[in-house]
Amino acid sequence: MKSALDAWLARHAQTLLGSLGRLVRHPLATAMTIAVIAVALALPLFFAVLLQNARIATANWNQAFELSVYLTQKADADRANALAKQLRARPDVAAVRLITADQALAEFRSSSGFGKALDALEGNPLPNTLIVTPTLAASTPGSTVALKTSIEAAADVETVQLDTEWVQRLNAMLDVMRRVLWLTAGLLGSSVVLVVGNTIRLDILNRRDEIEVMKLVGATDGFARRPFLYSGVWYGLGGGIGAVIVIAVAVAVLSRPLGRLAALYGSQFQLTGLRFGSIVRILGLSVALGWLGSWIAATRHIRAIEP
Amino acid sequence: MIRFDQVYKRYPNGRDALAGVSFDIEAGELAFLTGHSGAGKSSILKLIALIERPTRGQVFINNQNTSAVKGRGIPKFRQLIGVVFQDHKLLHDRPVSENVALPLIVAGVPRREIDKRMRAALDQVGLLSKEKSRPLELSTGEQQRVGIARAIVAKPMLLIADEPTGNLDPELALEIMQLFKRLNDVGVTVLIATHDLQLIDHFAAQRIVLAEGRVV
Repeated sequence: MKSALDAWLARHAQTLLGSLGRLVRHPLATAMTIAVIAVALALPLFFAVLLQNARIATANWNQAFELSVYLTQKADADRANALAKQLRARPDVAAVRLITADQALAEFRSSSGFGKALDALEGNPLPNTLIVTPTLAASTPGSTVALKTSIEAAADVETVQLDTEWVQRLNAMLDVMRRVLWLTAGLLGSSVVLVVGNTIRLDILNRRDEIEVMKLVGATDGFARRPFLYSGVWYGLGGGIGAVIVIAVAVAVLSRPLGRLAALYGSQFQLTGLRFGSIVRILGLSVALGWLGSWIAATRHIRAIEP
Repeated sequence: MIRFDQVYKRYPNGRDALAGVSFDIEAGELAFLTGHSGAGKSSILKLIALIERPTRGQVFINNQNTSAVKGRGIPKFRQLIGVVFQDHKLLHDRPVSENVALPLIVAGVPRREIDKRMRAALDQVGLLSKEKSRPLELSTGEQQRVGIARAIVAKPMLLIADEPTGNLDPELALEIMQLFKRLNDVGVTVLIATHDLQLIDHFAAQRIVLAEGRVV
């Protein structure tokens, strides 16, 4: 029993190496096929890497929420300070900053260029404002909305503005991109199957005589198919390795300018490449796609060849 | 070993290759299938190797009705028969050793056993020294002998050959026929299709003469 298993393993190992040898003997054709697979895999992968990085980057932004609490005109600085103190005592609030009406007016005067026009006004039209920063734990979209509602209920509060719309839009956009990514990956994945299938089909037609002879001496379809399946596996593996290299190069080329760009915005953002686990998964997937393509082509075309 | 019972074969192009052929070849016999080209010799061999199927009638090999052999049974069935082709049908990108070993590899024989039996078969046809050559480096007669070695390596109970001496000069042809005779002497049933009547005069054997798809 053990020797039968050994013989079986030895036969497969031999076929595996045999089909690799055959591919190596036609380096140009093999390289072309592998390059096509590598490009087809690299496109969605690169997209995935960018998306992954976008998610990492915006995860930080999600926690940078602030609430602008505009007080009523009747609420003077003392009452604003009292409310600020009250809010600071809340467990879900990290910091409260008071911008008095006078400060706001002075800032608006200097930054807007409407100085003269403002002088024409009687009194200050701007209210006292509190800038409330929630704690990290309370920075989820749900709890910030709850905080907003709770502050709105307080006396002297005119309105609370929670600037989350753009974050929601961004998240929605990332969601759309993720769907696009899956669609692209699906399409390009099937193109890998088709490319391998077509290459194997041509290979089978080229070796038609050989398959005929094998069948004449009693080879089963499965036996005749085996070397082609292994060719598909090699194509897939080669293409997967090619794609990983393409991504590594692309990340290397982009990471420095992107880091500089992020630094200009005061961010520590660093482009993250493929991790080891992802690489293993990519290679596994590309091998599976190669195998599938060759299986479909070989099963169909080898059955059709009869001596 | 081989029994044809009222076998008809009509090809898709409408040609009737066999029209009611019946004959019987006992186990261990040497038999020649003769007749002009187009008389149906190749069709009979193709029916035996399951390359073609009869339109009507039945073919029995080793008491088994070939119409019952289907699907996965076909490769197993072919492993029991050695076939020699006029055009050798060797794989030119592989050495002689691998060509001869092919039926054993296909049948899943262990590697060590394969080498032993491959050498024994090459020895029988006198080509042990050409083990590492490529088929195209050999003469036509040698290629034919490689084809015979491949046909006998799996120790088939039945050996069939289609015009095995068709491309050979008389001396080589006789040598090949003597090789078949020796194989027959050790118990293999041998059926050879040939149109070379002078050559087979040297051998005492059953003759099946075909003309226009019938045994005459």
